[in-house]
Amino acid sequence: MAVDPIERRSVISGAGQSDVGRRLFRDPLDLTLDACMAAIEDAGLTTRDIDGIATYPGPMDTPPGFSGAGLVEVQDALRLEVGWYTGGIELPAQLGSVIDACMAVAAGLATHVLCFRSVYEGSAQGKEGRSAVMPGGGGGGGGFRAGGFMQWVLPFAAPSAATWIAMFAERHFHEFGTTREQLAQIALNARKNAGVNPKAIYRDPMTMDDYFDARMISSPLCLFDCDVPCDGGTAVIVSSADAVADLRKPPVQVEAVGTALYGRPSWDQFDDLTTMACRDAAAQMWTRTDIKPSDVQLAEMYDGFSFITMAWLEAMGFCGKGESGPYVEGGQRIARDGELALNTHGGQLSAGRLHGYGFLHEACVQLWGEAGERQVPGDPEIGVAAAGGGPLAGCLLLTNRR
Amino acid sequence: MSDDVPFRILPRISDRNRHFWTGGAEGELRFLRCQDDGTYVHPPTPRCPKCQGKNLAAEAVSGRGTVHTFSINVQQWMPGPEPPYVVAIVDLPEQEGLRLTTNIVNCPLDDVRIGMPVQVVFERHDEGDESVYLPLFEPVGEVS
Repeated sequence: MAVDPIERRSVISGAGQSDVGRRLFRDPLDLTLDACMAAIEDAGLTTRDIDGIATYPGPMDTPPGFSGAGLVEVQDALRLEVGWYTGGIELPAQLGSVIDACMAVAAGLATHVLCFRSVYEGSAQGKEGRSAVMPGGGGGGGGFRAGGFMQWVLPFAAPSAATWIAMFAERHFHEFGTTREQLAQIALNARKNAGVNPKAIYRDPMTMDDYFDARMISSPLCLFDCDVPCDGGTAVIVSSADAVADLRKPPVQVEAVGTALYGRPSWDQFDDLTTMACRDAAAQMWTRTDIKPSDVQLAEMYDGFSFITMAWLEAMGFCGKGESGPYVEGGQRIARDGELALNTHGGQLSAGRLHGYGFLHEACVQLWGEAGERQVPGDPEIGVAAAGGGPLAGCLLLTNRR
Repeated sequence: MSDDVPFRILPRISDRNRHFWTGGAEGELRFLRCQDDGTYVHPPTPRCPKCQGKNLAAEAVSGRGTVHTFSINVQQWMPGPEPPYVVAIVDLPEQEGLRLTTNIVNCPLDDVRIGMPVQVVFERHDEGDESVYLPLFEPVGEVS
């Protein structure tokens, strides 16, 4: 190991989630606080114990529903007195906020950090769906002009990450012979797991025929390759490893984190369009631990679009570069009772687009053995939680070993 | 371009990007280039990413390229071209890694392939103070 990973001085002591639904039409701050209080209580703490906050992406009005609450709203609503706080979007993806919290407790700036992410995209988009909200943060007509990165894609009618990720997938298909039948396994596996997750959005069984019957969105991605917008909040508590005496139950140990981005921070200028920023974040994570990819039993990895999970599988070294297609083929290997249980809650594809935090929540629940009907057989001891696609990526290696 | 130019969300023109979005007026696809070490810079920034020098100037490239990857976009996300249409990332031969997102036009959807040679064709938009010329690409040898 090249370094002394200070993230090992941090643990995850609690996790919580609000009601989750396609369209709940609830006050998003109410959902957010439900998740926060559930996590605080799960850790056996009270609001008086919380002395840090972290969130992603912070308050945002557009795209509609993308941010259910900012840090300030939550801090004030719960009257938290904090030694450290951060909220923002220019991070190693959604879980970058949690990784920051690990660093903060390791640095002694806080002891118990409330980390949260909430969305109400389902309600905000209404019946018009994603097209109504100009994914990617545009705006229609009225003299609107695109700036920043969006100027390089909006004029070409490519406002959606669906199209950007589709172009990564197409390049992967071209270089490695990956097929839609293989890609479909990410969606089919997610749906199968969602069937035993009472909070999942889509729980009805899905077949390969259903997948191929779905309308194309942006080739080679069809509707079932795209996650489902929803309403809900998720929270976790990151605590100092020195404070375990405060806690209700044995925490999940943070073994290592990955945050690197060596490629260009861009959706279309990244050097290798068959992989993503996950390549760099995952590689860095493995330099910070003696645990090996083959030791991992549980992988909760981002599926905002199905191909992103394929990229993470390769980035994590669960298979070789370009080999994610054959790796997932048939679906047995990534099933809940397979060698690498993948997205055991149904992912964002079927359980809902809780945007990154859902994967960490599920990893912790599984490592605590609290997943009920969807609990991975044999009670896994080592798992990864990974989030982000394109130029965004952050990941954590977690264990319940003492 | 022809009469039936679709609605497009246009870029906000600034001193930094004007060369790129208006070069089509002279039929030129232009990128900033470091006058000291020859590096093309895209998207444009005030300094060369290789030598960090400020000696940059816009230069025309050949306008030829190859399709690096693409997607046939079927979903109507916004007012604009009628789906399905092709969004592509095109490699330019002038420098390894010099590329841009664009549309492939004047080509049957099913004929688009990775590695296909293409050439720039500009779509003019006359809203606002100065015309904007979007660089689209068509198969080499086709007539628009």
